[in-house]
Amino acid sequence: MISTPRIMTREKIINTGLLCLLCCAAIAAYFLDQGYYVNLISRIVVFAIAGIGLNLALGFGGMVSLGHAAFFGIGGYIAGISSQHFLDNTDVLLGLSGTNQMLTIWLITIIVNAVLALLIGLISLRTTGIYFIMITLAFAQMIYYFAISWPSYGGEDGLLISERNQLFTIATDNELFFFLICFSLLIFFLWISSRIIHSRFGAALEVARMNHVRLATVGINPFPIKLVAFIFSAVITALAGALFADLNRFVSPDMLSWQMSGEIIIFILLGGLGRLLGPVIGATIFVLLETFIGGYTEHWKLFLGLFLLATVLFAKGGLMQIIAGKKQHE
Amino acid sequence: MNIALFFEQLLNGLQLGMTLFLMSAGLTLVFGVMGLINLAHGSLYMIGAFCCAWITKLSGSFLLGLLAGFGGAAIAGVIIEVIVIRKLYKRDHLDQVLATFALILIISEGTSWIFGSSPLYLSIPSWLSGSVPLPEGGSYPIYRIVIIAIGLMIAYGLYLLITKTRLGMRIRAGESDREMIAALGVDIRTIYTLVFALGAALAGLAGALVSTLYSVEVGMGEPVLILALVVIVIGGIGSVKGALIASILVGLVDTLGRVFLPSLLALFISNDHVATLSASLASVLVYILMAVILAIKPQGLFSIHD
Repeated sequence: MISTPRIMTREKIINTGLLCLLCCAAIAAYFLDQGYYVNLISRIVVFAIAGIGLNLALGFGGMVSLGHAAFFGIGGYIAGISSQHFLDNTDVLLGLSGTNQMLTIWLITIIVNAVLALLIGLISLRTTGIYFIMITLAFAQMIYYFAISWPSYGGEDGLLISERNQLFTIATDNELFFFLICFSLLIFFLWISSRIIHSRFGAALEVARMNHVRLATVGINPFPIKLVAFIFSAVITALAGALFADLNRFVSPDMLSWQMSGEIIIFILLGGLGRLLGPVIGATIFVLLETFIGGYTEHWKLFLGLFLLATVLFAKGGLMQIIAGKKQHE
Repeated sequence: MNIALFFEQLLNGLQLGMTLFLMSAGLTLVFGVMGLINLAHGSLYMIGAFCCAWITKLSGSFLLGLLAGFGGAAIAGVIIEVIVIRKLYKRDHLDQVLATFALILIISEGTSWIFGSSPLYLSIPSWLSGSVPLPEGGSYPIYRIVIIAIGLMIAYGLYLLITKTRLGMRIRAGESDREMIAALGVDIRTIYTLVFALGAALAGLAGALVSTLYSVEVGMGEPVLILALVVIVIGGIGSVKGALIASILVGLVDTLGRVFLPSLLALFISNDHVATLSASLASVLVYILMAVILAIKPQGLFSIHD
C-alpha cells in the first residue's frame, strides 16, 4: 500500500491527542469531585465502542446495518439479567446461575451475539442495498418487540441493575475505576480494529465494499469475509451494550429500538465514516450536544437533526475530514 | 372460536392493511421512481394527523380536517423535497437513511415544540359513528368500514393514474429510464416533486383518518413507518400492486396473529410460559413473515426490477 505520510501523521496526532484529552478530562473531573462529568465521559467512551463495532461493518465493509441496536441491547440485557439472577440467587435457565463478574458476562455476551450475528448475517447478507438495510432493521425490531412483550425482565419498563457488576474485586461503583475499565476496552478495540483493517482480511473487506466482483475474480469469495466482519462488528457493539447497562445501572427496550441503531450510525458519521477514531469524535459531539443543548431545552434533538443534516449534505467526511484531510483511496 | 369475533378481527386487519397501504404507496413510488428511501415518511403521517386534529378543533368540521391533513402533508412534502430530498437522489442509501433520519428528529421535535408533548384526541364525528350488523350477531363500526372503502378507492385511483394518464406514463418512464425521459424533454424535477407530494399527501390522509382512532402525538409515525417499510419490502420495492397485496397481508397477519395465535397455541400446550411466549411471538409475526419471504424471494413478491 502506498500511503500519504503527511496526512496519516496528522490523523495519528489527532487520534492520540483526542484519547489523551478524554482520559485526562476524566481524571481531572474525578479529582475535582465532579463524578457526574466522569460518568459523562464514560458515556462517550461506551458510545464510541458501539460505534467502533458498527464502523467495521459499515465504514470498512460497506454494510449499512440499521439493526445494530439489537446487539447493543442484547449485550445490555445479558448484563442486566445476569445481575438480577445473581442478586436474587436464582437460576437463569436450566441450572445456570447468574453472575456479577464482568468477565463472565462479557464472555457470554460474545458467544450469544456471535451466534446471533451469524444467523442474522447468513440471511441478511444474501441481500444487498436497500433490502439489507430493511432486513437488519426487521431483525432488530423482532427483538425489540420481543423484549417489550416479555414480562419477566421488566417488559416495557426496563430492568434496574441494583449493583454494578464487578471486575474481580475492583470497586466498579467508583466513577473513575469504571471509566478506566471502559477506556481500556476502548483502547483495546481500537487496537483490534486497526489490526483487522491493516490485515489481509481487512484489505479484502475494503475491496468487498468497493468492488466485490473484483474480489471474486482474484479468487476470494466476498460472502464469508463480510460475514466474519459482521460478526466482529456485532460482538464489539454488544460489549458496549453490556458496559452501557452497567454504566446506567439500567436496561430498557430503548437500547434495542431502531432510533438507537440510527444513533450508533450517527456516532460514526459525525466523526467520519471508515476512520479509526471517527466514532470517538462522533460520540463526543453527540454527548456534548445532548448534555449542553439538552441543558437549555428538552428539544435538543432538533439541533442534533440539523447538525446531522448539515453533515450529510455538506460535510460528507465528517469532522475528521475537516481537521485531518481526506481518507486514503477515496 | 367465535364467528362474529373472527369477522370483526378480519375487518380490523383489513382496516390496518388499508392504512398501511396509504402509507406504503407513497413510500414505494418514491423508491421506485427516484430510488430514494425516505424514513421521514412517518413524519408526514404525523403532520397529516396533527393538521387534521388542529383544523377539526378550529372549524368543527371533520371533513375540513381530513382535507387539511391531506393538503398539509402535501405542502410539507413539497417543502421537504425542494429543500432537502432533491439533493439526495444521487446519493447512496446510507446518506438517504441518515438525512431522512435527521428530518424525523427535526420534524418530531419541531412538532412537540409547537403543540406540546401531551397528545391530542379527536372523536369520530356523529354522522360517521354507529355500527353495522355482522353475521352471527356481531357489529362493526361504520367509521372503520369507511377507512377500508377510502383505501380501496385510493388504490383504484392510483391504478388509473399510473396506467391510464399521461402523468402516470411519465412516472413509469421515469422508473425505467430517467435519463431517457429527461432527454425527451420532460421536466423530470417537477415530476419528482409531484410524486413526492402525492406520497406525502397519501401518508397525511392515512394519519388524518386514524386521528380519531388513536391519540395524535409526536412519535406516532414511526411504528407505522416501520410496518410500511416491511410492507414495501415484502411487496417488492417500487410496485404499487405489491404494496397493496402486502399491506393487506401484513394487516391481516398482525391483527389475526395477535388475537388468535395465543388461543391457537393454547389448544396444543397450555401453561403460563407458553401463553407469554405466544403473546411475544404474535408481536413479531410480521417480521418473521418478512424474513421468510425475503429468504425465499430476496427481491420481494412483485419486484419491478426483476
